[in-house]
Amino acid sequence: MLTRLKFVPMRLLQVVPVAFGVTLVVFFMVHLIPGDPAESLLGAQATPERVAALRQQMGLDQPLARQYWHFLDDLLHGNLGQSYTYHTPVLSLIGERLPVTLLLVAYAILLILVISIPLSILAASRPGKLGDHAVRVIPLVGLGMPQFWVGVMLLLVLAVGTGWFPVGGYGDTFAEHLWYLFLPALTMAISLSPIIIRSLRSSMLNVLESDYVATARSKGAGGRALFVGHVLRNSVIPAVSIIGVNVSYLVGGSLVIEKVFAIPGLGSMMIESIFARDFPSVQAVALFVAIFVVLVGVLTDVVYTLLDPRVDLTRRSET
Amino acid sequence: MSGLILTRRWRLRARSSARDLRPWYRNESLVPGLAIIAVMVLLALLAPVLTPYDPIKQHLDQTLQGPSSAHWLGTDKLGRDVLARLLYGARVDLRVGFLAVLIPFAGGSVLGAIAGYFGGWLDIIIMRIVDVFYAFPLYVLVIALVFVLGSGESSIYLAIALVSWVSYCKIVRGEVIVARRQEYVQAARLGGLGNLRVLGRHVGPNVISQAITYAMSDIILDIMVIVTLGYLGLGITPPTPEWGSMIADAQEFITTLWWMAVLPGVAVVITGIGLSLTADGLTDLLSPERRR
Repeated sequence: MLTRLKFVPMRLLQVVPVAFGVTLVVFFMVHLIPGDPAESLLGAQATPERVAALRQQMGLDQPLARQYWHFLDDLLHGNLGQSYTYHTPVLSLIGERLPVTLLLVAYAILLILVISIPLSILAASRPGKLGDHAVRVIPLVGLGMPQFWVGVMLLLVLAVGTGWFPVGGYGDTFAEHLWYLFLPALTMAISLSPIIIRSLRSSMLNVLESDYVATARSKGAGGRALFVGHVLRNSVIPAVSIIGVNVSYLVGGSLVIEKVFAIPGLGSMMIESIFARDFPSVQAVALFVAIFVVLVGVLTDVVYTLLDPRVDLTRRSET
Repeated sequence: MSGLILTRRWRLRARSSARDLRPWYRNESLVPGLAIIAVMVLLALLAPVLTPYDPIKQHLDQTLQGPSSAHWLGTDKLGRDVLARLLYGARVDLRVGFLAVLIPFAGGSVLGAIAGYFGGWLDIIIMRIVDVFYAFPLYVLVIALVFVLGSGESSIYLAIALVSWVSYCKIVRGEVIVARRQEYVQAARLGGLGNLRVLGRHVGPNVISQAITYAMSDIILDIMVIVTLGYLGLGITPPTPEWGSMIADAQEFITTLWWMAVLPGVAVVITGIGLSLTADGLTDLLSPERRR
């Protein structure tokens, strides 16, 4: 089993150029600011002295290559800069906010599985029937719904209308976190489930056509036993990789959802920083999230290999 | 950008054994899809005829009214007619959504075709750049870019272009790699045609249908981006009517004037359904072998 994980070091090596590119993009963001970045960040009322001081602090008076070198050097020493608004190292801010966002994303993935597995079984077990048609309409509507709007609608119905759930916030204990994060996680699950349902349904249909299912049927297996024992197990594997691919979408969406539900995670940190024109924080969140997504990609490959004995990434020359 | 795009719509469609030979106007996805889009576009274009109200002018003596015969959907906190803002908002959201796909469509497709056709170092370099942009979640990069570029319509076009070319690049590259091995391309190359001519006249027309179909879904994504930016206060600058900022403004009155937050979202959903159906229909027509 472990020999099949030989690809991991190689896969991690492939991450290096991407991570390098990510730092380049994040670094050059500051140079996309029209005009003088320091002046633009401080606003029109800033005194020339403050602008000059910020220019120096940001290293804008140095040649570009040297600026990038300093940026990388700081990064490798765990120094992502100082937040302009909170006057603390950005890294410690991220440390505070990250667990919130991670919990939210994990919660959303759990709800996605709870929603999409039964619905795709319903659709795949009787293809072409009413249930199947109903399930297949979901993506059509679901993909066109802005995520934040779904959140506002859930707020309207399940929090404001009925008072069943809190309108926003994060709570203090773990149980409260789960309680407060339910609607935000559900919002994210509703937006992504259509995609997962779609692919689970099609992989279940493929599995249902396979020889081993025919064999199981001929041996008398049917109904629930067939679905749980043969179909579900083999169709969950592609679902893992689809969720893996979509972690990027979930993380991106969580940023917006945190704003809707006033959750103190990375997303609300990014939005607050934007309005405060706190550039190091914006830069750091973007960098952090991108590297996180890249690493999740590697993790997905590992899980995929462990789940499906047929997958052998050591033999794959090109990803 | 998200994997949302890569999910293959056609895989999950009802299995059809035969090639679809019906004319386009008999297609059960394309026709309703185009009809929905046409209605939305008409509503946007006819906004000045359909409503007598100015979507921007404030009437501070008539704020937060409920539906009445004068204001069918009531008025917002600055006394502006909600229906008028909804209709004029369609002009902004649809225009930006449709226009924003053009640059990434063209740029991404050309780069993808180059990468797929020539291969080698060119391919490696282009695809590593694609990997880098793919690493950023859509909203993270778009929000960061709009922040550095400043708010407003032109920044939105630029941010979307910088983010979404990668999907076209990936799609077209994949198609070109397949097409390159086909006999008609081999024949054209052996016949002494130049690379540009082979790419433009022989490969291009055969691979572009995938990118066109994807563009329909991409318009939905772009509209989502625009309304999300508007909701976050980073999009089209107020007081221009825009669906996303309308939802944000309405959120504080959600207990009483709930429709003000609901309806702009419904408008986005209807547009999305129209575009999804159109994309499905185009898949049937342009690449029937993909239907499953």
